[in-house]
Amino acid sequence: MNNIFQIVWLIPILPLIGFVINGLGRNFLSKTVTGFIGSGVVLGSFVLSLLVFMQVKAGNVMDLHYFNFIHLQDILTIGVDFKIDQLSSLFLLIITGVGFLIHVYSTAYMHEEEGKDFAKYFAYLNLFIFSMLLLVMGGNYLIMFIGWEGVGLCSYLLIGYWYKNNGFTDAAKKAFIMNRIGDVGFLLALFWLIAKIGTVQYDEVFSVASLSKLSSFDITGITLLMFVGATGKSAQIPLYTWLPDAMAGPTPVSALIHAATMVTAGIYMIARSNALFSLAHQTQAIISVIGLATALLAASIAIKQNDIKKILAYSTVSQLGFMFLALGTGNYVAAVFHVLTHAFFKALMFLGSGSVIHAMGGEQDIRKMGGLHKHMKITSITFFIGCLAIAGIPGFSGFFSKDEILAGAFNHGVVFYSIALFTALLTAFYMFRLYIITFTGKFRGSHDQEHHLHESPAAMTLPLIVLAILSIIGGYIGIPEVLGGHHELAAFLSPVVRSEEMSLSHNTEYLLMGLSTLLVLISIFFAWVTFKNYQSEGESKGLAKILENKWYVDELYEAVVTNPLRKIALFFNNIIERKGIDGMVNGVGKAVNYGSRQMRWLQSGQVGAYVLLMVIGMLLLFIIQLFL
Amino acid sequence: MGSYITFPELLILLPLFAGFIVFFTKGEKNPKAIALISSLAVLGVSIASLFYADNTKYLTYNNANYIWLKYLGASYYVGLDGMGRMLTGLTAVSFPLIFIATYKNKFKSTATFYGLMLLSQAGLMGVFCAFDALTFYFFWELALIPVYFLCSIWGGERRIQSTFKFFVYTFVGSLLMLVGIIYVYLHTDARVFEDGTVATHSFSLASFYHVMLSAGEQQWLFVLFFVAFAIKMPIFPFHTWQPDVYDQSPTPVTMVMSGIMVKMGLFGVIRWLIPVLPLAVQQYKSIVIILSIIGVIYASCIAMVQDNVKRLVAYSSIAHIGLMCAAIFAMNQISVQGVMLQMFNHGINIIGLWIVIELIERQTGIKNISEMGGLAQKAPTLTILLVIVALANIALPLTNAFPGEFMMLTGLYKAKIWYAVAASVGVILSAVYTLNMIQKIFYGNTNTVTSMVKDISWNERLALIMIVCLIFFIGVYPQPIIDLTKASATYLLTSFK
Amino acid sequence: MDIQVYIALSLTLFTIGIVGVLVRRNAIIIFMCVELMLNAVNLLLVAFSKMHAASPAVKALPTYASDAQIFVFFIMVVAAAEVSVGLAIIVMMYRNIHSVDVNFLNRLKN
Repeated sequence: MNNIFQIVWLIPILPLIGFVINGLGRNFLSKTVTGFIGSGVVLGSFVLSLLVFMQVKAGNVMDLHYFNFIHLQDILTIGVDFKIDQLSSLFLLIITGVGFLIHVYSTAYMHEEEGKDFAKYFAYLNLFIFSMLLLVMGGNYLIMFIGWEGVGLCSYLLIGYWYKNNGFTDAAKKAFIMNRIGDVGFLLALFWLIAKIGTVQYDEVFSVASLSKLSSFDITGITLLMFVGATGKSAQIPLYTWLPDAMAGPTPVSALIHAATMVTAGIYMIARSNALFSLAHQTQAIISVIGLATALLAASIAIKQNDIKKILAYSTVSQLGFMFLALGTGNYVAAVFHVLTHAFFKALMFLGSGSVIHAMGGEQDIRKMGGLHKHMKITSITFFIGCLAIAGIPGFSGFFSKDEILAGAFNHGVVFYSIALFTALLTAFYMFRLYIITFTGKFRGSHDQEHHLHESPAAMTLPLIVLAILSIIGGYIGIPEVLGGHHELAAFLSPVVRSEEMSLSHNTEYLLMGLSTLLVLISIFFAWVTFKNYQSEGESKGLAKILENKWYVDELYEAVVTNPLRKIALFFNNIIERKGIDGMVNGVGKAVNYGSRQMRWLQSGQVGAYVLLMVIGMLLLFIIQLFL
Repeated sequence: MGSYITFPELLILLPLFAGFIVFFTKGEKNPKAIALISSLAVLGVSIASLFYADNTKYLTYNNANYIWLKYLGASYYVGLDGMGRMLTGLTAVSFPLIFIATYKNKFKSTATFYGLMLLSQAGLMGVFCAFDALTFYFFWELALIPVYFLCSIWGGERRIQSTFKFFVYTFVGSLLMLVGIIYVYLHTDARVFEDGTVATHSFSLASFYHVMLSAGEQQWLFVLFFVAFAIKMPIFPFHTWQPDVYDQSPTPVTMVMSGIMVKMGLFGVIRWLIPVLPLAVQQYKSIVIILSIIGVIYASCIAMVQDNVKRLVAYSSIAHIGLMCAAIFAMNQISVQGVMLQMFNHGINIIGLWIVIELIERQTGIKNISEMGGLAQKAPTLTILLVIVALANIALPLTNAFPGEFMMLTGLYKAKIWYAVAASVGVILSAVYTLNMIQKIFYGNTNTVTSMVKDISWNERLALIMIVCLIFFIGVYPQPIIDLTKASATYLLTSFK
Repeated sequence: MDIQVYIALSLTLFTIGIVGVLVRRNAIIIFMCVELMLNAVNLLLVAFSKMHAASPAVKALPTYASDAQIFVFFIMVVAAAEVSVGLAIIVMMYRNIHSVDVNFLNRLKN
């Protein structure tokens, strides 16, 4: 039975091999070969993950230890360990599955790149898959952290893929640094764990013995710091601004990293540590408030954006906020559920937008699109399915996961629920605004562009179709009891992730579902009415302008963090370093110099002067000898 | 002691003799070849010594004790322990890398240049092997003096000025240390040599460790020793010689100084300061840690606004060394072992950085990052290798610096939470300036200067690839170095208690 | 004669010597003034020697009276050597700068 577990290490190693081959062979491998290797290794990992998943489903979980990473006798032992259980095997499937589709899509999308850039792209993408797999498979927090920083690095490399453009590399840098701020929080949490209980192994940390060693202050501190890490990686307030900028990268990258996988790492981490977080009520409260605030803020910004990828990016931030709301309300299974469904429909929409951008020759402004449905039916239909899913129309995957989150929020208070519901309505509104402006009406771009409009090749549409199907059926693994299901996902995850109990009567749940569905439909209708005859908008005023400028958060950070830091650095450099310390050091030198210059008149070079001095000296000696 | 030659002696004497031979060679090829061969031989010896690391079995291979100035109670006593083995290993690895990477560089009077380099290597080896205070001081100066000449003869435009600054700084430090050594020496017990000579006092390391000094004496002795080592490391606020010197020295010398010589200070603290003056360390350790951490943040901030890439790397190095110094004084097993690991890693990484920077400067003639750009198009291999080294410099996981930094920060956290929190700010800032540097140099479009750049040549490629291999190997499997230095760290901590 | 007279004479000679060295610039005159100072000291030595010879302490230590006179001879010999070296220097100086004015000898100044 355990044969598959013996080759589990191949799951991350295969993409690493792909990375090495593509990286080293970038100058002589043809595009076909690199594409084949790049996608093939991920397919291999996917097949293995599927086998592993089968085993786990049959009830076999496994902890694997390979070698010691850091080993200090009796003080600290951190091994290279993998943990294959329900949670990680589920994430393995998402990562390798969606990852494979996106690799296939990329072979077509990136085909116009030069051979070695194409190889570089696939190498980075494979490296990303490797890091992400390490992140979820790790059997302790350190391995998770290694993957955690690794995905940050790949994100940096891929955002800055078109490195000649300084704006893009700026975005890459911003992403990395903001992630790093979060990472430091995560690191501090690890130090705290090591200092208090001397281990970062999941099983040991979550054991009753070590949890009892932690005071409630410790637990709150550790979980808060972990959450800081999650805000960086999963783009929550206050560290979310990198994600919209990260859209500078190629679109498949946005789909894979900035929608489906990497940004959900924070959710994975908190779900993995649910034993800790369930004990930290203050942290949970903070998480739910921040999640909700992020969801609302990002959704409000998305309404007024005109860049197709930016809208999706803000939508991602908003959906991640929903997931954090679920985590904060103790509804871990719902968060994981939403990660799953969101991975499907958001990857779908990103890939769809990639297809659109491809057809438009690189144009991303939806004001210049319109009526694309005629030209690209598959893209349009699949995108529509994605919109329905994210809006939460019953029957599509998003409905089940979002409903579960809303129910959890209701359980925690009506205020939470109403804000979350409002955000959900905004979501439906801006997604359909996007759809209507882009795919319906008349084409508003140039003639050249219209001439070139075409459906994308099969390598791009096939992943779209697969993801569209998954976006529909993906929700059926978590049909709640109230709708006559068994919530198989919750049952499957129950050994690892335990949500808090909810105490809602069936009638209340029916009511909530009905209410949200009704309002969402109204919201969609409202979007239809508003944007059906979209031409172009004038200058926005008031709130609209604030939204268009993203609440001026970037400007605020610039003024509050970046500029003062720069000023301090300049102050250190120009004043303290040059004038202060170096000035002092040089001052000692100058004083010596000055002193000797003053002494120099004694050495006049006149023999007479020397003799006079000698005589004076002698007289002085006499006087001292005789009278003192 | 033994009837055969021991490892530490080989490590010291090989470069010493090779250095003297090189002085008398002519032409350009010969000195380079001899220097490279001898450094490779030293590397071989150093690797061989790793197989005889067990001092319980192979003590006679690893220790050499000759009577020297016996009426003073001094002997020529050199030996290898875990930490010494690691640092001599670093020295042995670094010199071939430096010689390979700069194989194509031209230096006037080549013979003298390489001769001095090898002398410096001999001095460094001696510093890391010395078990006797006078031997230690002797080698300390032996390592430094060639550097003064190297900087002042082969340096940049402002070489005299910066060398003079360097000289005055380090010489003040050396003299303070000498005063300290003599004071401690005068309080040691008598020493009996094997031939029956009795000296009233002793310079041996063991007797320094057993010397009885009052807390008051230890305090001012601590200041003497610490200032000497702090200048050498250097940590804030004794660091201002470093950017100037790194900027003006010829690159091979900069590599030696930043890769190996700064470790002399850390090594000195671990071997000669903490065990000798435990009471003062207890009293001053929080001050030192705070000073170091201020230095970390301060140097990182300055690095962010540096335009001169050499100065940028110099300040980055100051920040890293500051963290190491703080971690030593955190005084627990994890942090001290982390420092030992990091000393090795920092040496490797910074040499890699210098190789790249030297290459760029040689080809373009500019040092200011604002004038560069677009090198990734012209030199893709160089870019990849530099990015790896730079990422190691910011301690990304799976590169060598990560385990070291992780352990140091863990240790600092154990000492006091706020130390780790403040030091972590440096972790963020290091990402800021390093990525800034990568972006400005390699990304963007080429300009008239950078469009002439050619990609890396075989010798630099060889050196950088070796460095990258080391980076990944230690990054994935740091345990060998951790095991190697464990005994030294344990000893340090037990002697402290 | 009284010892004071010798002391006064010697001091006068010595002062003349010092003042001469200080105020004159001609190297030869300076040199002569140095000799004058030496001889002032010699005179004083001899005078004191004579004075001690009359004192009763000499009986206990017979060499006491002659010590200073031996010293004087010694000084004279050294002075002779000094003259040969000093005059040689002055000759060289004259050859080089065509003057014996010491104020021209300030090349070390810059």
